[in-house]
Amino acid sequence: MDALLSLKNLRKYYATQKAVDDISFDIERGSIFGLLGPNGAGKTTLLRMITGIFYPDGGEIILDGKPFDAINDIQKIGYMPEERGLYKKMKIGEQALYLAQLKGLSKADATEKIKYWFKKFEMESWWNKKVEDLSKGMSQKLQFVITVLHEPKLIILDEPFSGLDPVNANLIKDEIYALAKKGATIIFSTHRMEQVEEICDHIVLVNLGKKILDGTVADIKQQFKENIFSIETEAGVSLSDAPAFSIVRAEAGKTLVKINEGFRSNDLLQQLIAQNKQVVGFNEVLPSLNDIFIHLVEGTHANARAFQTVQE
Amino acid sequence: MNKIWLIIQREYSTRVKNKRFLILTFLMPLLIVGLIAASTYLSITGVEQRNIAVVDPNGFIKNSLKNTAQINFSFPANVDTTNYQKQGFTDILIIPKFDGVKKTDYILRSKKSMGLMLQESITNKINSAIEDQMLQDAGIHQNVLDSIHKASQFAELKAYEDKGSTSKESNASLAMGIGYASGLLIYITMFIYGTMVMRGVMEEKTNRIAEVIISSVKPFELMMGKIIGIGAVGLTQFLLWIVLIISLTSAAAGFLPADVQHQVASLQQSNGQMAGGMMQASESAVKIYNFQHTISTANWPLIIGCFIFYFIGGYLFYAALFAAVGSTVNEDPQDAQSLMFPITMPLILSYLITNMVTQNPNTPIAFWASIIPFSSPMVMMARVAYGVPSAVSYWELALSMLTLIAGFIFTTWLSGRIYRTGILLYGKKVTWKILIKWAFKKV
Repeated sequence: MDALLSLKNLRKYYATQKAVDDISFDIERGSIFGLLGPNGAGKTTLLRMITGIFYPDGGEIILDGKPFDAINDIQKIGYMPEERGLYKKMKIGEQALYLAQLKGLSKADATEKIKYWFKKFEMESWWNKKVEDLSKGMSQKLQFVITVLHEPKLIILDEPFSGLDPVNANLIKDEIYALAKKGATIIFSTHRMEQVEEICDHIVLVNLGKKILDGTVADIKQQFKENIFSIETEAGVSLSDAPAFSIVRAEAGKTLVKINEGFRSNDLLQQLIAQNKQVVGFNEVLPSLNDIFIHLVEGTHANARAFQTVQE
Repeated sequence: MNKIWLIIQREYSTRVKNKRFLILTFLMPLLIVGLIAASTYLSITGVEQRNIAVVDPNGFIKNSLKNTAQINFSFPANVDTTNYQKQGFTDILIIPKFDGVKKTDYILRSKKSMGLMLQESITNKINSAIEDQMLQDAGIHQNVLDSIHKASQFAELKAYEDKGSTSKESNASLAMGIGYASGLLIYITMFIYGTMVMRGVMEEKTNRIAEVIISSVKPFELMMGKIIGIGAVGLTQFLLWIVLIISLTSAAAGFLPADVQHQVASLQQSNGQMAGGMMQASESAVKIYNFQHTISTANWPLIIGCFIFYFIGGYLFYAALFAAVGSTVNEDPQDAQSLMFPITMPLILSYLITNMVTQNPNTPIAFWASIIPFSSPMVMMARVAYGVPSAVSYWELALSMLTLIAGFIFTTWLSGRIYRTGILLYGKKVTWKILIKWAFKKV
C-alpha cells in the first residue's frame, strides 16, 4: 500500500486525560478516509497533530514518506477545522488572497487560483463583498475553496457538510470525489455515518483516545455482520423457526431471519424449499455503520467523557 | 518570517484604511487645539467688568488706586450703600480712616458676590495704593516711585545645569510639562492600542478564524504579527500628529504681522537682546521669542528618542499581556473584564506615580518605578524630561531600558504560551490560576 500518511503509536496526553492513546494507521494515497468517533473521542486532537498545531507526546507522523515537519509541510495540507470562520469585515477576495498567501502561495499564483475556483463555484460576484453579507451556506463554500486552494496533497475536512443545503452539499461532495481522483488524499472527520458510508473508502473509528476499528467500509460491514437475511415471500405465506434459522422480525411479505450457528445461507434456502414456501426475494442484511458505531461506542464511557472537564 | 510580514501588513492596512483611524488621527489634534481655543476664549469673555464706587472721605488713596481692564474705580460724591446700584455701580468700597499702624477692615458691598481672585486683586491694589501714598507722604517723588516699581520686575531666575565644563539652561516647569505630557501620552496609547490588540485577538477567536490561520502559521507568529501591525498603526498615528502639529503651528506663525516675525528673528540672532539701533521689540515678539527659547532649552533629540523607545517598549510589554487576555475570552466580551483588571491596575498606578514624579523626579519611589518595567515607560519619561545625566544618570537609564527589554521579552514569551492554548479553546471559563498552568505546561 502506498501510504501518504502514516501514524505510528501517536500519543497526546493532557493533564488527566489520554486524548490520543497509542493510535496507528495508514492512509492510502488518493483515498477518501473517514475518521470517526463520538464527541470527545480525540479526533480533533489527532487532526491538530496531523496539521502541526499540536506536537505529539510520543509516536511518529510520516507524511509523503518523510517524518512530518510542521513548518515545511503545512503547504501540503489543507485543513478545514470544525470551529471555522472568517474575518467578517474583510472583503472576500482579499481574504482568500491573504489566507492563500499564508499557505505560501505567491500573490499572482493565489489570484489566479482564486479566480479559477470562484468561477467554478459561481462566486465571481463575491470578490468585493464582505463575509458578513454571506449566508452560512455561502461562507461554508468559501471556506471549502480556501481549504483546497493551494492544491494540498492532504485535505482534512472536519464536518464539511454542516450547515449546507442538499444542493450545495452535493456540489462539495462531487468536488471531494474529483479531488481524490486527481490524487489528493482526503481525511473526512464526522459523526454522520450515512455520509461516511457513501463517501469513504476506508475508515478508522476512535473512542476514548484509542483506535477501535480500522478497515474498508465493506470489510467492516462483513466483520460485523450478524448473519441476518431478509426473505421476501409471496403474500399470505408466513415463516416459522426452522433448524437453520430463527425469525428476528416478521412483516407482511418480508421476514428478517438470523441464521443459526453451524448453518449457511444455502441451508436456509433448502429448508424453505423443503417447507414449500415460495421465496421471491432473498438478500443478506449488512449492519449499517451507524449500528456498528452505536454498538461499539455504547456502554463505554464515551458520553460521560464529553462532559469530563480536564482537571488542570 | 515572510508570514509574519503578511500578518503585519493585514493588521496594519485594515486599520489604517478604516475610517475611524482617519477620523481619530485628524480630529484629535483639531480637538485639542479647539479645546485650548475654547477655554482661552471662555477665560477672556467670562471675565466680568466691575465698576466700583469708592467712598474715601479723607481722599487718602484717591491718587494711587489704579484701574485695570477689569476693575474701574471711581470716586463719585453722594454715593452710599443704599444708592450705589441706582447710580450704575456694581460695588461700593468704603475706605475707613487710616491710622498707619493696625490692620483695618475695608468694607466692600456688591450687587453680585465677588470671586476670590478678584477680591485678592482688589486687596492688593488697595495695599499698594496705601504703600504708594505713604511713600509719597514720606517725600518720595512720583518719578522715583515709578523707577522703584520697575525694579520689582528686574530679577528673573535662570537656572543652569553644570555638565562638566559647559553649563546649560534648565527649566523646571518645561521639564514638568514635557514629563507629564509624555507620560500621559504613553498611558493613553498603552490603553488604546493594548485594548485594540485584545479586541483583535477576541475577534479572531469568536469569528472562529483562529484555527484556520493556526493551521498555516504558528500561534506565536499570529500574535506577534498582530502586536507589531497594531504598534505600527500607533507609530503612524504619532507621526501624522507630529506633522499636523508642526504644520499647524507654522501656519499659525505665518499669520503674525511681518514686523513681529522680523523682530522674533532678530531676537533669535542676538540671543534675546535687541541689536543696537533697532527699534524696541514689541511685547508679543518678546513673548514668542521667550516661548521658543524655553522650548529650545529641552534636549529634544534625547526626549524624542526616549519617547519612541519607551512607547515601543511599553507597548510591547503591555500588548502581549492584552493579547493573552484576549485569547482566553469566549463568546462574551464581559469575560475580559475580570482578567483585564490585573493589567489595568499597574497602568493606572504607574500613571499616578508619574504625576508625582513630574514634581519630584528623584525620590526612591521615582527610582524604582522607573526601573520596574510595569511603570518604567511612563515614569522614566517623566524623569528623563529633567535631563540626563543631571536628573537621571546614564546607568539608571540603561538599566531601565534593559529591564524593559527583558520585561517585554518575558511577557511576550508568557503570553505566547497562554495564547496558543487559549486561542483554540472554546467554552471554558478561564481564571488566572488556569492561565498560569497554561503558561508553564508543555505543548
